[in-house]
Amino acid sequence: MKPPKNCYRRPTSLTDATMHYCAGCGHSIVHKLLAEVLDELEIRERTIGVAPVGCAVFAYFYLKCDISEAAHGRTPAVATGIKRALPDRIVFSYQGDGDLAAIGMTETIHTANRGEPITVIFINNTVYGMTGGQMAPTTLVGQQTATSPAGRNPATMGCPIRMCELLNTLDQPYYIERVALDSYAGVVATKKALLTAFQSQVAGKGYSFVEVLSPCPTYLRLSPQKALQFVGREIAAQFPVRIFRKEGVPVNA
Amino acid sequence: MKKPDNAFFSRVLMMGNEAAAEAAIRAGCQCYFGYPITPQNELTAYMAKHMPERGRVFIQAESELAAINMVFGASVAGVRAMTSSSSPGISLKQEGISYLAGAQLPAVIINVQRGGPGLGSIDPSQGDYFQATKGGGHGDYHIIVLAPASVQEMHDMTVEAFRLADHYRIPVMILADGRVGQMMEPIRLHEDPPPPVPPKPWALTGAKGRPPQYIRSLFVEEGALEKHNYELQDCYRQIAAAETKAEETETGDCEWLIAAWGTCARISKGVVRKARAQGIKVGLVRPITLWPFPHEHLARLAHQVKALLVVEMNCGQMLEDVRLAVNGAAPVHFSGYPGGRIPTETDVLNALTALAHSQGR
Ligand SMILES: Cc1ncc(C[n+]2csc(CCOP(=O)(O)OP(=O)(O)O)c2C)c(N)n1
Ligand code: SF4
Ligand SMILES: [Mg+2]
Repeated sequence: MKPPKNCYRRPTSLTDATMHYCAGCGHSIVHKLLAEVLDELEIRERTIGVAPVGCAVFAYFYLKCDISEAAHGRTPAVATGIKRALPDRIVFSYQGDGDLAAIGMTETIHTANRGEPITVIFINNTVYGMTGGQMAPTTLVGQQTATSPAGRNPATMGCPIRMCELLNTLDQPYYIERVALDSYAGVVATKKALLTAFQSQVAGKGYSFVEVLSPCPTYLRLSPQKALQFVGREIAAQFPVRIFRKEGVPVNA
Repeated sequence: MKKPDNAFFSRVLMMGNEAAAEAAIRAGCQCYFGYPITPQNELTAYMAKHMPERGRVFIQAESELAAINMVFGASVAGVRAMTSSSSPGISLKQEGISYLAGAQLPAVIINVQRGGPGLGSIDPSQGDYFQATKGGGHGDYHIIVLAPASVQEMHDMTVEAFRLADHYRIPVMILADGRVGQMMEPIRLHEDPPPPVPPKPWALTGAKGRPPQYIRSLFVEEGALEKHNYELQDCYRQIAAAETKAEETETGDCEWLIAAWGTCARISKGVVRKARAQGIKVGLVRPITLWPFPHEHLARLAHQVKALLVVEMNCGQMLEDVRLAVNGAAPVHFSGYPGGRIPTETDVLNALTALAHSQGR
């Protein structure tokens, strides 16, 4: 029997594998939302993803679409190669803040600048999860990490990089939005942003970028509940949650 | 215009870099990604003009790192892809080459070598032999390395590189140098169809009508990486058995043997002629595949000669492989030119005659 439309169930695009993510990790929520979007747009069978080097490296165990690994930070270059080779496929890269905004900054900017018609999903959890909670380019001022044990000091470590704002200076991107996984409303907004991004790609429009402020309870050293609050209060204070670019046009704050 | 059928008139005058680019197009390369660097710029410019004309992909990438990873992506998608660069840029590509090797992806990489280390010079060099033949990036892998000595070979070997890459699912490097890249010679263009593309059931094209699949070089399950590395080694053994190539010149009766590759081999051919005119019975062995290395040719010839002379535009890199292959059967001497200078026939002839005299010809 087919479940009723509004019945909560596992998306078809999600595998049955048990995820390796820590309790309360944003990655697992975004995977599920992404799977729902692939289902709703009926694009699972023509989607190719590129997984990052970071906690989400095993995305291919959880998402039921074709997925390639990439070297750390080269994710959008690999996605570019796939999309140019197969322009009628839906291509996304899924990246953490280290992958996207540190080692892969050059690839990130130039992929956006060329307006590659791919979708970039940016999981900003303000730390390097996979390697043990080191400082990321997005780590907040004063935030303690394994490599900023006394807190991030702007004098020697710089300040958090705002990627949406940075990419919004370029002419080519089609859609840029920042959302926060801080609450039920945040989850709904994230789903909507992902849907818009993939819809633009399906419609043959340009580059779409969704930054998700995301909890890493383990390295924020907070309970899952408190980590959500930290995302909504502290992280979102540094990274304004809004749409930056819509249909190729910058949106004023 | 009537197509000329005379072999002479069917030749075209081309520069090595352009000959390689045209070969890639004729071999069915669908995507080219490059970044400017001397002395290979003509290759990138040729692709910029001629790939879009054919509806194929050309991107001037933001760096060699990006270029090789775009190749990775195109290869993941199952199409023929190539990048080219020169020594400093090839160093940047090593990360991607290691990932291509780990993920068993076909790719063609052209290195038009220049002097090093560091920025070195823009003059021809053979300083990247170690990097190309011993893996180059991290991990336990090899790539196939072909060494052209002429513009015709730049062309032919590039076509062959696409066949080898697809057949063995391995990156293939053309290890040229600035001289072969910049030189112009009349060549015969590849007129046959591209090497056939084997089925690529592993390629990521979207999970339509089949279960989803992935491409990876990360193996964390217990024993998985060991198994994977043994599989790679099996593949390398097959390649060594089937694809090792060397050219021998006047080796039948030789008492002395020059071993040289690429540009130095071409110069050494002239040296063989001149030395024989002086009564020095010398032969030449020229590895065409630098990896797999033609150990057996050298081992066999070592038993017949009084000594070997290795000639390279570096401080002695292939020299180490020659010594391994000869394994003490004959003395191995070296004549090296590490400063971006191309040796003349006289340079090499002098080194050879000095050797012959010192060993009492
Ligand atoms: C070239 C290279 N440098 C460093 C690493 C080690 N490394 C693995 S993941 C990672 C950072 C991951 O952080 P992020 O991108 O924020 O992802 P997260 O785990 O937080 O989701 C680093 C530095 C690597 N794998 N490769
Ligand atoms: S370390 Fe952080 S980002 Fe990684 S799985 Fe755990 S909670 Fe998620
Ligand atoms: Mg992170």
